[in-house]
Amino acid sequence: MSTTSSLSRRSALGATLGVFGGLALAGAAHASADRARDGHRDHPALAGHDAMPESFDEIYEGRRIQGRPASHGGGSPHGGHHSAGYQVHVDGRELHVMRNADGTWISVVNHYETFANPRAVARAAVVELQGSTLAPFPA
Amino acid sequence: MTVRKNQATLTADEKRRFVDALIELKRSGRYDTFVTTHNEFIMSDTDFGDRVGHRSPSFLPWHRRFLLQFEQALQSIDSSVTLPYWDWTADRTARSSLWAADFLGGTGRSRDSRVMDGAFAFGSGNWPIRVRVDGRGYLRRSLGAGGGLTLPTRAEVDSVLAMPTYDTAPWNSSSDGFRNHLEGWRGVNLHNRVHVWVGGQMATGVSPNDPVFWLHHAFVDKLWADWQALHPDSSYLPRGGTRNVVDLDDTMRPWNDVTPADMLDHTAFYTFDTAA
Repeated sequence: MSTTSSLSRRSALGATLGVFGGLALAGAAHASADRARDGHRDHPALAGHDAMPESFDEIYEGRRIQGRPASHGGGSPHGGHHSAGYQVHVDGRELHVMRNADGTWISVVNHYETFANPRAVARAAVVELQGSTLAPFPA
Repeated sequence: MTVRKNQATLTADEKRRFVDALIELKRSGRYDTFVTTHNEFIMSDTDFGDRVGHRSPSFLPWHRRFLLQFEQALQSIDSSVTLPYWDWTADRTARSSLWAADFLGGTGRSRDSRVMDGAFAFGSGNWPIRVRVDGRGYLRRSLGAGGGLTLPTRAEVDSVLAMPTYDTAPWNSSSDGFRNHLEGWRGVNLHNRVHVWVGGQMATGVSPNDPVFWLHHAFVDKLWADWQALHPDSSYLPRGGTRNVVDLDDTMRPWNDVTPADMLDHTAFYTFDTAA
């Protein structure tokens, strides 16, 4: 929450953006499998930090949404601040997401409503944004 | 002595003074510091790590302290103003006087959810949204628009008030007990559902951008007092030694000089217009 950690996080983000495109391509291969799971809650046994959802990359209602396990932090359950080990982007801007204890997900633009997985969170964010651009992260 | 009143009972003069104090707080820049603080906590409170403002036992005392600070800020502008509460089990439609142009204004227009009437409409120039998660600088709402979503009923509230245990391990969004059912991560869903029903900024981490945030949380706070009256032998839990969680006598961020124990008796600070 400190300014320092926010800044260092932004720096870290900038450093990883360069490789993001390549990862996103790999993620697309998993997209159809992920779609099959949409609408189903992750099994509670998978709620631990060692079972991150797979990557995804798609155009949803005209916006590019991407998700992937974070390359840093490793999803540590106690590094909890921010990404919880998984990053979601809408048109290249990071959407702050968080995993709940039961394996469901929320985002900063739908913070009081849970979703089955990061893709569902990203799609809900696109609907909520009504074409608007995400503010620089963190808000 | 501060008396918090049901918003539906406020006189025209009380509404005007409340709205004027909000706008002055906004103009001075102090209002937005509350939005920033709330968003910082909502993004950092996690089920598996440190959690203070949300998804934890201190959800209730944290918001009690947060609302007290906000109410004191309003009173520094107009000492007659107190925080009203919105009993959403009773005033449960977009036609409630709460949403009239002389108070909070109504729902947003369909195209972009922009609130078009009342003192907080963008066109008034009084209410720029500065602390935000996206590019939109105007107050938005979509009252009840979320696919058949309805506000909690009195019976649903009573079912949660009947729960005798304040909170249970693992002290997060998966807990059983009164706190998590009131917060809404589990069960019939009270507090969370109201945020979603209002929509717009109220559904986001920067929810205090909508002044109804304070009226919603003032009622959630009253429900805690109602629960205490129903269960005089129950109290805040946990009482000590709990990792990542604020125990009864631990201090709470960001103030670091107030504990849940300090917040248990609301009558030290205010009373309600009805017996709690």
